[in-house]
Amino acid sequence: MKKSSRLIAGLVGLAGLTFAAAAGAQEKPTSGGTLNMIAQPEPPTLMVGLNTQGPTLYVGGQIYQGLLSYGKDLSLQPSLAKAWEVSEDGLTYTFTLQEGVKWHDGKPFTVDDVIFTADKFLREAHPRWRYIVNTYVESITSPSPDKVVFKLKRPFSAFLYAFELSSFPVVPKHIYDGTDYRTNPANNTPIGTGPFKLKEWKRGSYIHLVKNEDYWKPGLPRIDELYFRIIPDAASRAVAFEKGTVDVLRGGDVEGFEVRRLSKLDGVQTTTDGWEMYSPLAFIEWNLRRPPFNNKLARKAIMHAIDRDFIVRNIWFGLGKTAVSPFASTTRFFTDDVVKYPFDMAKAKELLAQSGIKPQEHTIRVMPIPYGAQWDRTAEYVKQQLEQLGFKAELVSIDAGGWSKAVSDWDFDLTFNYTYQYGDPALGVARHYLSSNIIKGTPFANNEGYENPVVDELFLKAASAVDEAEAKAAYAEAQKIITDDMPLGLLFEQRNVTIWRDKVKELVRTGIGVNESMDETWIAQ
Amino acid sequence: MSFFRRYAQNIGALIGLAILAVVVFVALAAPILYPGSPWQGVAEPLLPPFEDPAYPLGTDLLGRDIAAGIAYGARVSLLIGIISTAVAVVIGVAIGALAGFYGGRVDDMLMRFTEFFQTIPAFAMAVVLVAIFSPNITSITLAIAVVSWPPVARLVRGEFLSLRSREFVQAAVVVGQTGPRIMATQILPNAISPIIVTASLMVATAILTESSLSFLGLGDRNMMSWGFMIGAARTMLREAWWLSVFPGLAILITVLAINLIGEGLNDAMNPHLRGRKG
Repeated sequence: MKKSSRLIAGLVGLAGLTFAAAAGAQEKPTSGGTLNMIAQPEPPTLMVGLNTQGPTLYVGGQIYQGLLSYGKDLSLQPSLAKAWEVSEDGLTYTFTLQEGVKWHDGKPFTVDDVIFTADKFLREAHPRWRYIVNTYVESITSPSPDKVVFKLKRPFSAFLYAFELSSFPVVPKHIYDGTDYRTNPANNTPIGTGPFKLKEWKRGSYIHLVKNEDYWKPGLPRIDELYFRIIPDAASRAVAFEKGTVDVLRGGDVEGFEVRRLSKLDGVQTTTDGWEMYSPLAFIEWNLRRPPFNNKLARKAIMHAIDRDFIVRNIWFGLGKTAVSPFASTTRFFTDDVVKYPFDMAKAKELLAQSGIKPQEHTIRVMPIPYGAQWDRTAEYVKQQLEQLGFKAELVSIDAGGWSKAVSDWDFDLTFNYTYQYGDPALGVARHYLSSNIIKGTPFANNEGYENPVVDELFLKAASAVDEAEAKAAYAEAQKIITDDMPLGLLFEQRNVTIWRDKVKELVRTGIGVNESMDETWIAQ
Repeated sequence: MSFFRRYAQNIGALIGLAILAVVVFVALAAPILYPGSPWQGVAEPLLPPFEDPAYPLGTDLLGRDIAAGIAYGARVSLLIGIISTAVAVVIGVAIGALAGFYGGRVDDMLMRFTEFFQTIPAFAMAVVLVAIFSPNITSITLAIAVVSWPPVARLVRGEFLSLRSREFVQAAVVVGQTGPRIMATQILPNAISPIIVTASLMVATAILTESSLSFLGLGDRNMMSWGFMIGAARTMLREAWWLSVFPGLAILITVLAINLIGEGLNDAMNPHLRGRKG
């Protein structure tokens, strides 16, 4: 299915209209007002190009913008690029930029900024983009002042999914060129193209953004001021929402059981939409270099011994879905036709007996990921189930830095982790399974040490496929093999709930949810 | 009047002793009362208390029996309380005795050393120590001991200072007893009452410190402890009060009992208070 050049410029206005119609119904948007939110935890910086943690994207997403955005169905949407075109051989990608865009300091946004971002800034500062640009991109050029062209060395079917805010935030060349990006003082006074500008950041208290009067979309943004409050205690965050101090709770701002309670309040709306691009999928990360995890049957036995529905229902308060495949069910290429692991202790014990592993001879160090109480409970549950199978298990306490180091250095027996999918398996999933990605130094690579040449081959084939059906077939087979091997103990797809007061309209509009520029969001007066 | 008669005059002290006896019994009998691990889920999650007679105090998020957790938590609390106090008393008595008996430069050096520890807030130092030597039961016990010996050292030094000039000590010097022997056989037995009273109260403080450490997530993750139970459940106070209230009561009652006992011991052993009604 070779496609001739596809031009999708017409979508520009359409997408906005569709979402407006769906969310706002008959109401007419009004301008003005202040929106109060929470940044949890307080971000280390707002410079999205240097840090892509959740709170950085949430606040920084109002300041910086990507070249593209993505709908809730992961369809491509314009952002700083108004149109895009792919050549027939899948090797040339041409983006047409928006006109009249200005940086917050008044300088015009040009094609040079995009080239600088792609070729220099992100190549140096952004691990995911660095991998893509070094592996696939041959040249980045500009044939005319409003167009930028990426020429690839070989086809890469996921390329168009690498341009949202967290993967490709466009940064100003005139501020960063020739400087040390990480120590540039401008990181404290971020200059972007987004609908809001940084006014004040009172550390430990709030981040205050104000309307960008020169925003490139006429008549927008509608809201005057944004406050991101910093409230370190989980219970206090729930109270702040109840009292109306904040209007919006992002997924993870309050604990699962609070979500249930707050959702039932009057005048409160909720959705699990707006996470489609990320679709976090949680798994047990076990070290395949060490026994008993080097034994495939033992891994299968443990999978059958863990009641993942119980984990979702009781520990995560139903805010999730038991994982079926390494691909989240919300993403492209997901298939249900895989090896499945229903909870079955008898079968688990039988498989363990077949494996030849004597569980009482193994002491498994269970290391929770230090991201809060629900992860702790998950670790305690898994430990308990390992003990049911006859293993000895002990919990290890560790802080965030220690966890990151232990996983990066492959110094663990069993831990927990989750992956963002970034819209395409080649971007979010493959990194955990490719043998070429068995690298130290990051906790988000193939740290478990999985080597399967067939899986490598299938991922490679799918990523370079120009034809979508070909990619689909390769990915379907990869999912089958991975669920049979279980190099990572797939647990569940996380469902993050955004909660807001219903005076806030058109808050969650795209597949990146509240990280999307809130230019069309408005507050009923 | 004998010591026990005097102690028994204090009703509060008797109640304290009775409560502590129950706590000790529960701690010792935990493996018999609840044969499985307290970490094992056994029933429906979040079962409220007083509904199912098999789980009178209810269950937590993972269906773990709260009553079993409290029984096993008593073991951890008492173990850490007693051992850390024993270690602290040994260190404190040794340093205080040397300083008080020899005086002069030895006294100066040892007391400056003690003051160094006294100037650092005890709990903050315990947190730092446990964080450095990854949290497990040994490091927690030692950390509590390290932060709690200075008051014992000051107390013992004071007792030794006043006792060493008494006639019976001078007599021992005259008959040629060595310094260490005089300290161990002449002075220490006469200074033992205040040490016992202080130590009994230190056990209560140690239990509270361990609970606070566990509450902050710095407990031994493989041992069920009261502080851990509260720390894990505190955010759910409104939804499932029984998860934190019962372990909280356990801490309150145990610490109260030990304090009552300490008070009773003080009354019974302090000659100046003899005749005071409890």
